[in-house]
Amino acid sequence: MDDKKQLEQFEAKIAAGLKIEPKDWMPEAYRKQLIRMMSQHAHSEIVGMLPEGNWITRAPSLRRKAILLAKVQDEAGHGLYLYSATETLGVDRSELLEQLHSGKAKYSSIFNYPTLTWADIGAIGWLVDGAAIMNQTALARGSYGPYSRAMVKICKEESFHNRQGYEIMMNLAQGTPEQKEMAQDAFNRWWWPSIMMLGPSDDKSPNSDQLMRWKVKMESNDAIRQRFIDRTVPQAEFIGLKVPDADLKFNDVTGHYEHGPINWEEFFDVIKGNGPCNAKRIKDRVEADKKGAWVREAATAYAAKQAKEKLVA
Amino acid sequence: MSDSQWPLWEVFVQGNPGIPHKHVGSVHAPDAEMAIQNARDVYTRRSEGISIWVVPAVEISASSPEDQGAFFEPSNDKPYRHPTFYKIPEGVKYL
Amino acid sequence: MNLQQAKFEYLLRLGDSSLIIGHRLSEWCGHGPILEEDIALINIALDFVGNATSLLGYAAQVEGKGRTEDDLAYLRGEREYRNLLLTEQPNGDYAATIARQFLYDTYTFFLYEELKSSKDETIAAIAVKSHKEITYHLRHTTQWMLRLGDGTEESHQRLQTALNELWMFTSELFDMDEVDGLLINEGIAADLDKVKAAWEKRVNEVITEATLQVPVTNIKQKGSREGKHSEHLGFLLAEMQYIPRSYPGSKW
Repeated sequence: MDDKKQLEQFEAKIAAGLKIEPKDWMPEAYRKQLIRMMSQHAHSEIVGMLPEGNWITRAPSLRRKAILLAKVQDEAGHGLYLYSATETLGVDRSELLEQLHSGKAKYSSIFNYPTLTWADIGAIGWLVDGAAIMNQTALARGSYGPYSRAMVKICKEESFHNRQGYEIMMNLAQGTPEQKEMAQDAFNRWWWPSIMMLGPSDDKSPNSDQLMRWKVKMESNDAIRQRFIDRTVPQAEFIGLKVPDADLKFNDVTGHYEHGPINWEEFFDVIKGNGPCNAKRIKDRVEADKKGAWVREAATAYAAKQAKEKLVA
Repeated sequence: MSDSQWPLWEVFVQGNPGIPHKHVGSVHAPDAEMAIQNARDVYTRRSEGISIWVVPAVEISASSPEDQGAFFEPSNDKPYRHPTFYKIPEGVKYL
Repeated sequence: MNLQQAKFEYLLRLGDSSLIIGHRLSEWCGHGPILEEDIALINIALDFVGNATSLLGYAAQVEGKGRTEDDLAYLRGEREYRNLLLTEQPNGDYAATIARQFLYDTYTFFLYEELKSSKDETIAAIAVKSHKEITYHLRHTTQWMLRLGDGTEESHQRLQTALNELWMFTSELFDMDEVDGLLINEGIAADLDKVKAAWEKRVNEVITEATLQVPVTNIKQKGSREGKHSEHLGFLLAEMQYIPRSYPGSKW
């Protein structure tokens, strides 16, 4: 079958709402784009463990400590599901990690901001996971089977992440004046990065049309961003936090919030590697990998010895 | 770094007694024992399973999408393999 | 010392050890040797935090002074902590962590086995639940003992060094005092002589199978039962407790 006919069948399948599976024919651009997106997503989960993992040893109650441990563990698990789904496209996890460590691969811009106070843990759960879930719910309807199935599982597991974050913020916002200040400060610092993490406006994003047709991308960044803002602003107001956007107003006609200008310069700067924590995050990952090498080698050597003994016996 | 990369294992989890094991994903592990432990930690964090199988990914052989026509379509025109193919008069029981 | 005081003290010993070793393990989060192992370590840390919460909660109840498990965890100082010295030792390299966990898991495996039949129903119930968790922890750390011990030359050396350095903290695991005596008489606590015999047998077996040498030392570090710790604990508590201590009376 020639490529043109293959492509027609491939697109017809997607249009009919069927999933593409690992061994099915797929255009090279589709495979490449998926590897890029899925590995970025996996890297984001793994790098995302660091700013929150930071606070496990300092969590202010045993209940909070257990919840945070469970949440960060989920992130490790989600990274693993996603690497595992990416590997079905014929790429090795070690290769993907190499790209992360060398700085070639990107991950979500949001994790290059520091977690400065306990309230940041609340803000991340509420805002960052809130924004991520909106994006992921859309991706769960995507055309690539393994990615879509991983997304379904991840969305199901992540719903508690969002809630625990809001609960932390609510407690702080209703606590002492110091705690309230802590909450507002974290909100001020995380609001704009959370809005930006959903990606640049679609007029700045190349290849959008084809990706939408192939159901690699399901919705425009702006549409997801709008939904996130519409849902989050009332949640902030409910607990008495002020959205740090002087231009924010509700449009009665459209039924949507209108926000002030987004500082895209900052976004692209952080993506390029110049955020407050880019260097530190990658350094931590590289070090963990290096320090783990002898451990992984030992287990491999042991397995080889055992296999040999079995053969002799 | 790739020299210290462990091989890939496919993971199958049985959710409840009496139902089949279902493919849930994969893990990297140096051997079967560690693969089972890793699978337990990754795929049954929310009591999703009562039993785990792991299989080295390289040991799995699969039919290919090109075989789909030859493999599976011939059975499409044999509806007499399904009980609904047969008309049984009303009133006849236990059939 | 009356029975209530002895029970409170005993629960602190059990609960503090879980809390501190769980804290140490959680320091690995995001820095493990491979992603799969990161997940395994967090799972185990989570079990420890859960176990500490139950034990300290019960300790607070036994004490009857209106304190909570969080008060006990966050508002006691170094000298009031009763965790075993072994549990507060720093993570070091992965071999040091595995050795510490293995020695401790083997200990709690046999200790909680005894506590399952404690005449105190709450302790017995906690032990039944925990013993299932510990059984898995021990399986995991034993497998790693074998892989590192009988893996490469480097891993063998690292693990042997770790065992040698930690060995001086093991004799303390089996020390008994007035608290143990009182509670053993009541059928509440475990006889640590019995635990010791089982521990030695198992630990020797695994170390030997892992092609390692059982360390020999005359140095016996102790003091945790009187709150005399190594210097490490102060730093650990400073980190763990800083929020509740900076904002007294606040809810989180």
